[in-house]
Amino acid sequence: MANHLFLPFIVPIFGAALAVLLGQRRPLARAAVLASVLFNVGYGGWLLWLVISGGRLVAQASGWPAPFGISLVADALGATMLLVAALLMLGTLLYGRASTGPIYDSPFYEPLLLLLLLGVSGAFLTGDLFNLYVWFEVLLMASFGLITLGGTRAQLVGGLKYVVLNLFGSTAFLIGCGLIYGLAGTLNMAHLGERMAALRQPGLSTAIAGLFLFAFGSKAAIAPLFFWLPDSYHTPPPAVTAIFSGLMTKVGVYALYRVFGIVLPGELALIAPLILALAGVTMVVGVIGAMAQMNIRRILSFHIVSQIGYSIMGLGLASAAGLAAGLLFTTHVMIVKAALFFLGGAVEQVAGTGDLKKLGGMARREPALATFWFLGILSLAGIPPMSGFFGKLALLQAGVAQGQLLITGVAAGVSLLTFFSMLKIWNEVFWKKSYEDMSKLPRVPLGLLLPGALLVLLSLAIGVGAGPISALSAQAGAQALDLSGYAQAVCGAGGCEAAVSDLMK
Amino acid sequence: MYDSVILRSVSRLMLPILLLLSVFMLLRGHNLPGGGFIGGLVASCAVILQMVAFGPTFARRVLPANYLAMAAVGVIFAASWGLPALLGGQPFLTALWLPEPIPGVGKIGTPVLFDVGVFLTVIGVTTQIALLLSEEPLLFPMERGPARDEGAPRA
Repeated sequence: MANHLFLPFIVPIFGAALAVLLGQRRPLARAAVLASVLFNVGYGGWLLWLVISGGRLVAQASGWPAPFGISLVADALGATMLLVAALLMLGTLLYGRASTGPIYDSPFYEPLLLLLLLGVSGAFLTGDLFNLYVWFEVLLMASFGLITLGGTRAQLVGGLKYVVLNLFGSTAFLIGCGLIYGLAGTLNMAHLGERMAALRQPGLSTAIAGLFLFAFGSKAAIAPLFFWLPDSYHTPPPAVTAIFSGLMTKVGVYALYRVFGIVLPGELALIAPLILALAGVTMVVGVIGAMAQMNIRRILSFHIVSQIGYSIMGLGLASAAGLAAGLLFTTHVMIVKAALFFLGGAVEQVAGTGDLKKLGGMARREPALATFWFLGILSLAGIPPMSGFFGKLALLQAGVAQGQLLITGVAAGVSLLTFFSMLKIWNEVFWKKSYEDMSKLPRVPLGLLLPGALLVLLSLAIGVGAGPISALSAQAGAQALDLSGYAQAVCGAGGCEAAVSDLMK
Repeated sequence: MYDSVILRSVSRLMLPILLLLSVFMLLRGHNLPGGGFIGGLVASCAVILQMVAFGPTFARRVLPANYLAMAAVGVIFAASWGLPALLGGQPFLTALWLPEPIPGVGKIGTPVLFDVGVFLTVIGVTTQIALLLSEEPLLFPMERGPARDEGAPRA
């Protein structure tokens, strides 16, 4: 029993409520928010270390025995995501405090960020399918607030699409939960995995798998359900876009990994070709969409879609190596994408526009910013020694090893197109001469540069330490597909079915 | 807000009844149908009924509370009652009960106190949303306090 697993929920919920309560005393409210985010960063690191050295950790909410109560499970996959989410939230918080704008000054901005952190932390740690739905609702509620905070016309238009598509996805998720509960009579993921393997209801379980693929796919923005993302992500302020790009779609990816890895591994083998095809289409459509755009954050938004294709490809390979590679890539892209949004947002904030045609000359004006941006796009494109190289290398190696040459080729080709599209921003914003006099623009404050720069350095560190980190991701990938180990950790040595018959006596 | 004598008379009577009913719902909730959530909804109905009958200004005056702070306090209060179990080495939110029931109130334990927090949060959130919406001038242009001869409660 690892009762400390509750702490990453308890601390943000207290922090958010205190920050609302202290709304007028701004320094105190900000201190409460910062303290809870710092706690989650530290806790995430400690938990990851515990999980790597000692295996899965489990706690049962309210002391109800599994599989009847809600279980919390930390494995290498969940703990890694928990740590990265908290790190990105810290960057977002610091970036927001360094920027100016009506939304950053709103008394609800920072509490909403904490509620978002609460929701994603819960989603990464829960071992119960319905509880996962509840955490999704928590983080969606917070994100609805964040995306429309400020209430400008563009935000409301983008926010409406975001809300409507996410509600569709949540409804499909809920229907899937109901169907699987009717079929298997349980919602604990470990128990579900055991029962779904024993039940052999091929038609119904494939339908459920399809519903979950739709539900999480629409949240992860895989083709053809991605259209809401580029329409809504560039409307809120840059800090919000950065944290959304880092967390929201990746929670969908995590849920796909978790549900198909533990609950429906049999269906994963069946629909893996479909997932691979969707992954390929997502990569290509995202990167082609990006080429047509002339706004920094819109280009980056389309690249989020394209990168999701790689994460989904890891799932579509339907093997421990594939999931490990997918996790390594997803972690890398969370960090680098947020960094690029921070750096691009800094340019936008200083120059007052994100339009590529109006910008220029930033390389001479802001050499530090330009350097970090260039390192970031090298990482996104997958050039050594940055983290993107190792993420993509692992994916391509897994693809070749399993004979999936078509998707591997597409993935390699899309990397080139990604680099090309990123160079467009480089050329237009940083390299070309500005038509207007740039010397009157304010300098980029250190506070706006620092979060992005540190995340780029983190990406470099992941690239340098690729050996141990890919060992970690291999462990996480193996754990994510290891149903019997998961069930033994959650329900006891005999697995969940034995635990049920014991408890019913 | 509707201009109706019947609604105004009934909603005056309903204010104390609904508030008492909400406490009743809250206290029986951990073993029987009811609970903090339902109780909170009933209590916020009491305020929202005043808002529908007399308008948001009167509704704010008849039960002067900072609903946003109430919601935040409720969250802190509810979450706090999961902590004793955690400090005692048990999982968060494990129920701890007093050995003997208190006469007139019933069994008291951390689930009841947790429910009180939920109760406050639900009142705060739902009432604040309803009041903010009805104070939106574009949505509800007309507003009228109670006329003196209708015997509305003296504020």
